[in-house]
Amino acid sequence: MNRETLLEARNIAKHFGGVRALHAVSLFILRGEIYGLIGPNGAGKTTFFNVLTGLYTADGGSFLLDGAPMKISAPHEVAAQGIARTFQNIRLFANMTALENVMVGRHLRTGAGVIGAVLRDRATRDEESAIAQRAHELLHYVGIHRHSNVLARNLSYGDQRRLEIARALATEPKLLALDEPAAGMNATETAELRKLIETLRSDGVTILLIEHDVKLVMGLCDRVAVLDYGEKIAEGAPAEVRRDAKVVEAYLGGAIA
Amino acid sequence: MDIFIQQLINGLVLGSIYALVALGYTMVYGILGLINFAHGDIVMVGALVALSVCRVLADSGLPGPMIVLIGLMVAVLVCMALGFVIERVAYRRLRNAPRLAPLITAIGVSIVLQQIAMLFWGRNYHSFPPLLPTSTREIAGAQITDVQIAIVVAAALVMAGLMLLVHRTRLGRAMRATAENPAIAGLMGVNVNVIIAATFVIGSALAAVAGVMVSANYGIAHYHMGFILGLKAFTAAVLGGIGSLGGAMLGGLLLGIIEALGAGYIGDLTGGVFGSNYQDVFAFFVLILVLVFRPSGLMGEKLAERA
Amino acid sequence: MRHKQSAWLATALIGIALAVLPFVVGLGIGNAWVRVLDFALLYVMLALGLNIVVGMAGLLDLGYIAFYAVGAYLYALLSSPQFGLHWPVWAVLPLGALVAGLFGAVLGAPTLRLRGDYLAIVTLGFGEIVRIFLNNLNSPINITNGPQGISQIDPVRIAGVPLSRPLEVFGHTLPAVYLYYYLFVLLALLIVFITVRLEDSRIGRAWVAIREDEIAAKACGINTRNIKLLAFAMGASFGGVAGGLFAGFQEFVSPESFSLMESIMVLCMVVLGGMGHIPGVILGALLLAVLPEALRYGAVPIQQALFGRVLLDPESLRMLLFGVALIAVMLYRPAGLWPEARRKREFLGARTK
Repeated sequence: MNRETLLEARNIAKHFGGVRALHAVSLFILRGEIYGLIGPNGAGKTTFFNVLTGLYTADGGSFLLDGAPMKISAPHEVAAQGIARTFQNIRLFANMTALENVMVGRHLRTGAGVIGAVLRDRATRDEESAIAQRAHELLHYVGIHRHSNVLARNLSYGDQRRLEIARALATEPKLLALDEPAAGMNATETAELRKLIETLRSDGVTILLIEHDVKLVMGLCDRVAVLDYGEKIAEGAPAEVRRDAKVVEAYLGGAIA
Repeated sequence: MDIFIQQLINGLVLGSIYALVALGYTMVYGILGLINFAHGDIVMVGALVALSVCRVLADSGLPGPMIVLIGLMVAVLVCMALGFVIERVAYRRLRNAPRLAPLITAIGVSIVLQQIAMLFWGRNYHSFPPLLPTSTREIAGAQITDVQIAIVVAAALVMAGLMLLVHRTRLGRAMRATAENPAIAGLMGVNVNVIIAATFVIGSALAAVAGVMVSANYGIAHYHMGFILGLKAFTAAVLGGIGSLGGAMLGGLLLGIIEALGAGYIGDLTGGVFGSNYQDVFAFFVLILVLVFRPSGLMGEKLAERA
Repeated sequence: MRHKQSAWLATALIGIALAVLPFVVGLGIGNAWVRVLDFALLYVMLALGLNIVVGMAGLLDLGYIAFYAVGAYLYALLSSPQFGLHWPVWAVLPLGALVAGLFGAVLGAPTLRLRGDYLAIVTLGFGEIVRIFLNNLNSPINITNGPQGISQIDPVRIAGVPLSRPLEVFGHTLPAVYLYYYLFVLLALLIVFITVRLEDSRIGRAWVAIREDEIAAKACGINTRNIKLLAFAMGASFGGVAGGLFAGFQEFVSPESFSLMESIMVLCMVVLGGMGHIPGVILGALLLAVLPEALRYGAVPIQQALFGRVLLDPESLRMLLFGVALIAVMLYRPAGLWPEARRKREFLGARTK
């Protein structure tokens, strides 16, 4: 398989007042791989995500997607260019059903406007049924189709995560960025999530993953980058990175004898 | 340059009053995140209550300024009670509701206050009994009355007192903690309900003082006077940085001066097209400009949104 | 199949009821009440327009009446002796919609990113600014004729026939208020139709998404700024149309009709009726438009009977009850009198003991 670079980050910098949240962070993600971003709390992982997806403005550096520079001034532009994300604190549309949540995800790739909405012409009607159909498919795919008409707020935590992923997939992303998807999950739920992510990979989705669950990261990711205090201190296959002295020190505060 | 000093002085007086009212807004907003739409009407109640007391005592033989002082104290007490009741009845239940609900309730309270005021005092404009000295002094070619001097000085004293309260007392510390994070403050032993009630009460007291100042300065009080005044004071609070006490004071003074200078010069600046009857528009324009270009105000903090 | 049949039946019944209503009211209580109904229909249009902004997109607009004013004054300027222009209705109303929509876009562009309560105050300020300008643009050039307003406005003419004069139809004479009723009912139904279609559409879903969680909506690729602007401009344009109709109907406009209280009134029709829920909003509009008139008839005699004199004139009684209603509804039925199931959950999900 041709594994060319999908996303490249060059010298990304971000500070908040005097705090240097990210400094000269550079990395690259290959098409079709699962790439992990790990590091102690406060290392800047979610900040990196937020900069990548347009929620924050970088103070320096640039991103390239498929070799072309990315225009990141607003989150919806980033989504349009093909990067979809989920959130650490699950952000669903609580009072909409699971189906409706995923249908909103289709907004980006569809185009009916006010005229279409009012006239309900052939093209609009076709688009609407395509949206609904695709949403059903995605709900099946992540395994929560039986909850299609349940309000998002009433779903179990694990199902909410899946719904968020389904919604992100609805935007037809090139890169799926998951922010701590296993947070708050027990062993069973984590195993199921892992299966889902592996299915995604085998279906050709490239995944960028922030995670704390070391076992999940080791088992799942093809490559990892480690951030500490806003800087990348290691990058490579999980097994190597884990043995890297700097990484051990970052997590444990000192070399183990 | 001829009217500059005069307008500056007028602005200072107006600004001191705005500052007092703005403080009430900013304190409540800082703690509850609520724009107390009804705050301007509490100013109005203060003015009218003081006015009634003064009317009643006008023939009692007491010296004028003392009557005004008594009126002021009664107004303060009434407004404090009013503030307490309003918070308890209308706002307490809505503390966690979506933003829209307390805002609508506040509008409702504002309307009710105005109608009740109209019930008691009628629709007419009421003039302040002539109890205060009307002597004027001259400063740098402009006139300033003793009443105006008293207003500025009194406002400064009240504001200083408030700053002392907020920064040097236990209550003030509890207020600041609650404004930062009510949940944690509660866990630290602060009785959040009491603090919130205290905030409303103090804000209402300031409003009462401001109300008396307004009617003393302009000589009239009216059941609808709170609306525009409240809006402008809110503008001042936003200008200075909502949630910041220093900001409210600065914003109030600035807005007063901007308004006075604007009203004074607009005729000349626009060649007579726009006159001082557009005075109220200034405050609104300032408001829109501030909110669009610098929503955190002059002294407010910029809050980053965390995803 | 049965569902479709009963839907058709219901529609037919409603259609007949609406067609017959002016006669029932007019012959039953008097033509003055048909006039009340006409105004109520204008409010229904306004409420539905504001519903798009507040109810669907979740944007708090406290100065909505400014768009009503723009539409009304545009009609007044183009069809009255003020400038000597007498443009036809079919040109002025769409123009009113367009200009009002433009005002909405201009106001919304810099302000829609503001937080809820800030947006509320800014829109309130805008509403007041428009009113002050309307009140003062009578010198040096007389555009709006200031506080006196513009009178002798041309009535609405359909195919050359003015609706302000009784019309002979099949041997019956229909008074002007009936004629306007039919026009307003048709336009109100059109607006209902448009808003219902919008609700269940890609745009409608986007509005709800923004209301629920704007950041998540952005992450889904929704250009929240543009979508909000769309809601704002659409709501404004409906206000503009209603304003034009108002000017033609009343044949007189003055800044008094466009005060903050009117904005708040329309907002309350939406909020008290059931935010975002079209039937609720219509109910709210009808209640709040008709009740004051009912009060006007009843307030004086009832107070005389109870207290021996009139304590509160009908106008202030209306305002007092209104204020109390606002507080009461927000405390006990915050989702409105007839809410949509979804909204009810939004509001009841968070209450302090």
